[in-house]
Amino acid sequence: MTDSNMPVYTYKDFASDQEVRWCPGCDDYVVLKSIQKALPQMGRRKEEFVFISGIGCSSRFPYYVDTYGMHGIHGRAAAIATGVKLANRELSVWVASGDGDSLAIGGNHFIHLIRRNIDINLILFNNEIYGLTKGQFSPTSLMGQKTKSSPYGNIQPPFHPGELAIGSSSRFFARVPGGNTKMQQAVFIEAEKFKGTSIVEVLQNCVIFNDGAFDKYTDRAVKDDAQLYVEHGKPMIFGKNSDKGIVLDGLKLKVVTIGEDGVTEDDILVHDAKEKDTTLHLMLARLHMPVVTGIIRAVEEKTYDELCTERIEQMKSQAKFKSVNELFASGETYEVK
Amino acid sequence: MTQENSSLDKQSVKDVVIRFVGDSGDGMQLTGTQFSTTSALLGNDIATFPNYPSEIRAPQGTIYGVSGFQVHIGESAIHTPGDDVDVLVAMNPAALKVNINAVQPGKTIIVDSDSFTSKNIEKAGYKENPLITGELDSFVVIEAPITTLTREAIKDVGLNKKAMDRSKNMFALGMVYWMFTRPLNHTIEFFKKKFSNKPMVIEANIKALKAGYNFAQTLELMPSPLVVLPAKMRPGTYRIINGNTATAWGFLAAAEKSGLDLYLGSYPITPATDILHELVKHLQFGVKAFQAEDEIAGISSTIGASFAGKLAITTTSGPGLALKSEALGLAVMTELPIVVVNVQRGGPSTGLPTKTEQSDLLQALYGRNGESPAIVIAASTPENCFDYAFEASKLALEHMTPVILLTDGYIANGSAPWKIKKVEDMPDITHRQITADDVEGEFEPYSRDKDTLARPWAIPGTPGLEHRIGGLEKADITGNVSMDPRNHEHMTKLRQAKVDKVADSIPDLKVEGAQEGDLLVVGWGGTFGSMFTAVNSMHEEGKSIGLAHFNYINPMPKNVEDVFSKFKKIIVCELNNGQFHTVLNAKFPKFEYMKYNKIQGLPFSVLDLINKFNQILDNK
Repeated sequence: MTDSNMPVYTYKDFASDQEVRWCPGCDDYVVLKSIQKALPQMGRRKEEFVFISGIGCSSRFPYYVDTYGMHGIHGRAAAIATGVKLANRELSVWVASGDGDSLAIGGNHFIHLIRRNIDINLILFNNEIYGLTKGQFSPTSLMGQKTKSSPYGNIQPPFHPGELAIGSSSRFFARVPGGNTKMQQAVFIEAEKFKGTSIVEVLQNCVIFNDGAFDKYTDRAVKDDAQLYVEHGKPMIFGKNSDKGIVLDGLKLKVVTIGEDGVTEDDILVHDAKEKDTTLHLMLARLHMPVVTGIIRAVEEKTYDELCTERIEQMKSQAKFKSVNELFASGETYEVK
Repeated sequence: MTQENSSLDKQSVKDVVIRFVGDSGDGMQLTGTQFSTTSALLGNDIATFPNYPSEIRAPQGTIYGVSGFQVHIGESAIHTPGDDVDVLVAMNPAALKVNINAVQPGKTIIVDSDSFTSKNIEKAGYKENPLITGELDSFVVIEAPITTLTREAIKDVGLNKKAMDRSKNMFALGMVYWMFTRPLNHTIEFFKKKFSNKPMVIEANIKALKAGYNFAQTLELMPSPLVVLPAKMRPGTYRIINGNTATAWGFLAAAEKSGLDLYLGSYPITPATDILHELVKHLQFGVKAFQAEDEIAGISSTIGASFAGKLAITTTSGPGLALKSEALGLAVMTELPIVVVNVQRGGPSTGLPTKTEQSDLLQALYGRNGESPAIVIAASTPENCFDYAFEASKLALEHMTPVILLTDGYIANGSAPWKIKKVEDMPDITHRQITADDVEGEFEPYSRDKDTLARPWAIPGTPGLEHRIGGLEKADITGNVSMDPRNHEHMTKLRQAKVDKVADSIPDLKVEGAQEGDLLVVGWGGTFGSMFTAVNSMHEEGKSIGLAHFNYINPMPKNVEDVFSKFKKIIVCELNNGQFHTVLNAKFPKFEYMKYNKIQGLPFSVLDLINKFNQILDNK
């Protein structure tokens, strides 16, 4: 990928001429800026990027990034992106999708994209609400949540996107707060490097219909104690004073304080994002206080697009028929004179 | 079976229809295919049609487990697998019961008399053994103890009873080969090749085949064996092909001709799945064949692959087309070239999955939200599925629009001789992919070719042409999102005009038979064989009748009115409740149309068509 003719891009090269039309204060602006800043750092040419989306607020995303893009139909972004990637593996294919788009109407494509492990990066804008249709509960809305379609409280238990993704055999799952552009950029760059389906869940605040949904994790006053940023090979330590950590207590994760009850830093779990076994990753994905951010799982395996290419090459070398004319004339044929 | 007078000891017949029927595990499809291929190799024209149950392995001996294969061979042009059966080979009572209505009195029925046990007779729903009640007296019934004789013939091979009984079908085939003076060598070679690592299977089947042949000869089943002379076909190299294979190959040819790789995104559905089966065998041609998680992913990935520059297709049947309709609208809006093949079956809902019908016409034309025009074309014979798959690709790529190709279960599974084509024989395909060098000034994704109104195709990876498309209404020229009322009306009309303009590049509607006169028979798609046979035979008898059979449905050829105006009466014949009739009424209201419809999951019977047409002509 080292290319001496590679143009040097700045974020402005990835801003389209379209006026951005999300609500003022929406986290989507932050994610857009993070992408526009991360793309120039990926060592790729501008024309190699493709952004595909479904329907929803966040699905307007491709219009604002000056690359190739398609604003698809509701729920189908993962399937459209699959076709793009299978057609041309050289492309860096991104999906921008919301919790309704990917986990409700497009749930089937979401899990099968992950199962196949196609080298696509999916940004899951999870705001736990339906924004574009003006405030109905989504598949990630909390039990009891009052929305326009659940005025007496939601009685449909939510999906945990991380649990669903890892349960669908996700090889790369990360979570980032909607307002943290630094973490977003770092994770997007890692997601692009990762060969396989990368799912990045954004805890995205909807200022209109579900404002403050993630304040318990992201509010300046609490965020250090409410977020555990995990890094591969590093101990799971967090907290304002960096004195809190995670240990395994039986079959559960437990928050402990270093220096209390004889707990030392050596007792704290060290994050292994490359562990194939999903048990601990699932526990981390489901942990809610603190909420885990960063790259929870990154286990490289052969991708489906790679296997497809290998299969074609293998068949080329073994093929009985080298041209379609040979195929048409093969087998039982007969002459009429 | 039309017999000719002949003083030779071998009697000559013009054409014959044979139907092999048995349990779905009895190997009837193989038996029928072998008879067809052997006949084709002798130079006969043929048409075949398999008929199998939707159950994969229904309980043995039951009427819903009956599987069949019909073959029509002849010395002149054969266009249908035939209506009435001349020879029925029934491997058990259930098979006899299900198929007896297709056999006219005087015709021949061969049965495996060993299978007429009281248990099987009861399972078939007979109260008593039909071989002894006298109910078959009007037929020529040949009772042969096929099971016993097969076991006897191959007892030394070393197979167990169950394995031995798998060769029963070859014993029956051997008998029929003798009756119609067919050589055994093709079938013998077939077994040697197919089972090269199973010598016992080869030996058993060859022995059974020969035993059947000798049995027929020894017993002189018929006064004399019959001969079907070679057909007068156009010189060339032929092969037998079914519609689904021909469809798959048409796309392979189009991919090569256009210089693009083929992409197939598909979800298995009867009776379209064989196209997927065929294409996955040929990945060496750069085919990307993707079995998706559902019908919607099938077409959505196809749209993605088209965006990225492939000749992208998806294959399905009626229920699948319904699921794909929203995505088809996206292809209409993004003006991307895709082909959707709909191998029609009986509907609505799950309907009759293994039976044929033409009832998705209106769905193909109108089954989408919004004003959503697409090109709709239909293949009309198993072999021309090749040409229309090619044509669908060409139209999609040259006009930047989705194309729906309609075939049906009848032509998809039916087989006929195909005069083999080469890629060089096919017309050129000029796709619309561009690079920055083709663009002056700012790139305008929704600028248009002035002749076809097609937009340019700038694929990801092309420097300098980055752009965004999508399902929201596009502003003319720029392709940016636009909610402007006038623009929407303008774009709606542009999309329609683009499809209408395809009429400039399609052939005129041809008329078979009388070019003007009393009755014009109108059909479309897979019914061509039976309709042509009916009209042609009446025209040869001097009747004033012509056939206008449509392959291009949206848009239609430009000369339709001209053709219609030359006849006094018009009758529209379809395997549905009158969908094309409705379309013609709306499009050309100045004509009066009669209609003739059949909705039984079965093709038209030539005889029924002739009776209907005669009735109309007599009432003039």
